[in-house]
Amino acid sequence: MLAEVQQLATPNVEYSALLPVLVLLGGAVLLMVIGALLPRHSKVPWHSAFAIVTALASIGTSIPLWFRVRDDGPISAVANAVKVDGLSIFLGIVIAGGVILSSLLASGYLKRERLEGPEPYILLLLSASGGLMMAGANDLLVLFLGLEILSIAVYVLAGIHVRRARSGEAALKYFVLGAFSSAFFLYGIALVYGATGSTNLSEISTFLAANVLTNDVMLVAGLAFLLVGLGFKVAAVPFHAWTPDVYDGSPSPVVAYMASGVKTAGFAGLIRVFVYAFSAYRVDWQPLVYLVAVATLLVGAVVAVSQTNVKRMLAYSSINHAGFILIGIQSGTIRGTQAALFYLATYSFTVAGSFGVATIVGRTGDNAHQLDDYKGLAKRAPLLAFAFLVFLLAQAGVPFTSGFIAKFYVIGAAVGAHSYWLALVAMLSSVISAYVYLRIVLAMYTDDAAEGTPRLKVPAGARVAIGLSVLATIGLGLLPGPLTDAAKTAVHATDAPGAASAPAPPATAQP
Amino acid sequence: MILAELGPTPYLALGAILFAAGAVGLLIRRNPLVMFMCVELMLNAVNLTFVTLARELDDVGGQVAVFFVLVVAAAEVVVGLGIIVAIFRRRQGATADDISLLKG
Repeated sequence: MLAEVQQLATPNVEYSALLPVLVLLGGAVLLMVIGALLPRHSKVPWHSAFAIVTALASIGTSIPLWFRVRDDGPISAVANAVKVDGLSIFLGIVIAGGVILSSLLASGYLKRERLEGPEPYILLLLSASGGLMMAGANDLLVLFLGLEILSIAVYVLAGIHVRRARSGEAALKYFVLGAFSSAFFLYGIALVYGATGSTNLSEISTFLAANVLTNDVMLVAGLAFLLVGLGFKVAAVPFHAWTPDVYDGSPSPVVAYMASGVKTAGFAGLIRVFVYAFSAYRVDWQPLVYLVAVATLLVGAVVAVSQTNVKRMLAYSSINHAGFILIGIQSGTIRGTQAALFYLATYSFTVAGSFGVATIVGRTGDNAHQLDDYKGLAKRAPLLAFAFLVFLLAQAGVPFTSGFIAKFYVIGAAVGAHSYWLALVAMLSSVISAYVYLRIVLAMYTDDAAEGTPRLKVPAGARVAIGLSVLATIGLGLLPGPLTDAAKTAVHATDAPGAASAPAPPATAQP
Repeated sequence: MILAELGPTPYLALGAILFAAGAVGLLIRRNPLVMFMCVELMLNAVNLTFVTLARELDDVGGQVAVFFVLVVAAAEVVVGLGIIVAIFRRRQGATADDISLLKG
């Protein structure tokens, strides 16, 4: 029978610690109200400016929290269901950065496609608030809610180009497979709850540290389902089938957000659940993640070779990069987590910039994404071609770009964890995908454009976004120190994996 | 109470069967509306599992989870139906096979 109804104590919410999420949510609601009152079309692109200011405010409120957490340790909020620690603040800033870059790209795109209105920005902000919630989740249910807030908004964003059939198709595919993966994730939560008696990640890790389960089939099955659910979101093979289609069909600025913000949030969930809460079950999940990482690295690199559509190539390359980040997670060490954080932060800039270039080259209608459309880009738009060159070199992992250092760290973490074969597969996949990037570079620099190709117009917002991404890609390649230190601080300002917060009771068998 | 004497296993098994039925249905059925129903079936299978486990563990947490799932499922359906309406407003009939511009 159920326990008697107890007097419910109101949990301590700690609003100040939740400010980065609340700012995004509040900004979204405010934009919805103001956007409904003012005319949709205006000369000043204030919708996107509003979204950018909101995301900047979220970052601004994160900074004092960052120092507070660094000096005083992690903060638990809302009855320990939310953790504000180095990990959540670091990844929250990365997600907010993704919102800023996508909003900059979106303003020109929406004007070109005659889709102006506040809706895309409202959805972006809402989605980012879900992402931040995921990054700070200390309860599987909060993680699930964050995942859904993140995803549902992005389903709509994928279909925001209402007159383009491909956009609607991408939205439907993303929605059906996203809902499918959410159901798996949820079933995983139910099984973990059944095995450990709680959905709270701290309680789960305390329970697992103190007890040895005599029968852990349910727990391991639950872990596998959680991996499926989060694997879909980060586009890990074999749960990647939606990625090329959805990236191809969705509006390019939205794809910039999917590949930066959504991916970061998905990895935040993976790190929280696997590296932190289930570190006691490392022996069980590490081989699974190992297999997924190998498949992700190879499929992402090999299938990209056969593509002729640049957006699809970038989609497969983003799958390949997900494999690299999984390497950092697979190691299950502090070093691996730091490497994954560094990778996520640098890759967000690179990939958002890449899809920014695709936004512009796609031209009105967002359809010119074939490799042929990139021919002669160096002559038609030298700066744009140079920016794309930088992004492609960074994704290939060429020295003096952020991509090289990010890859160096994850492979170092894999070697540190004695996963030599994984490191080898990663380097091999990197060589294969370098061929893909080289094809695009050759098309841009050696071929000539077809006769009568119209001139490309680069809107001011896209200039800023691509410029920022180039600066970050080269800057972090030459001076990775500050970001490396930030990633280190982030991991140090988070409870160590498996550290049980409560004193461990004597070991007993599963009740 | 005969139902209580059965223990949790039949309920958990039913939940697993319903979940599998939903998952298979989603993969093999081509009508988007039926695919939605399959997602709902999967989510409700999880709800059944949650409630059974909550009873087994003598903990209200699992029952609370069901409310969260219900709310999320409702929000998901609203968005999903919106997307379907947006796509099929210009077409006749609703089958997923017509949605095949994107492949490679």
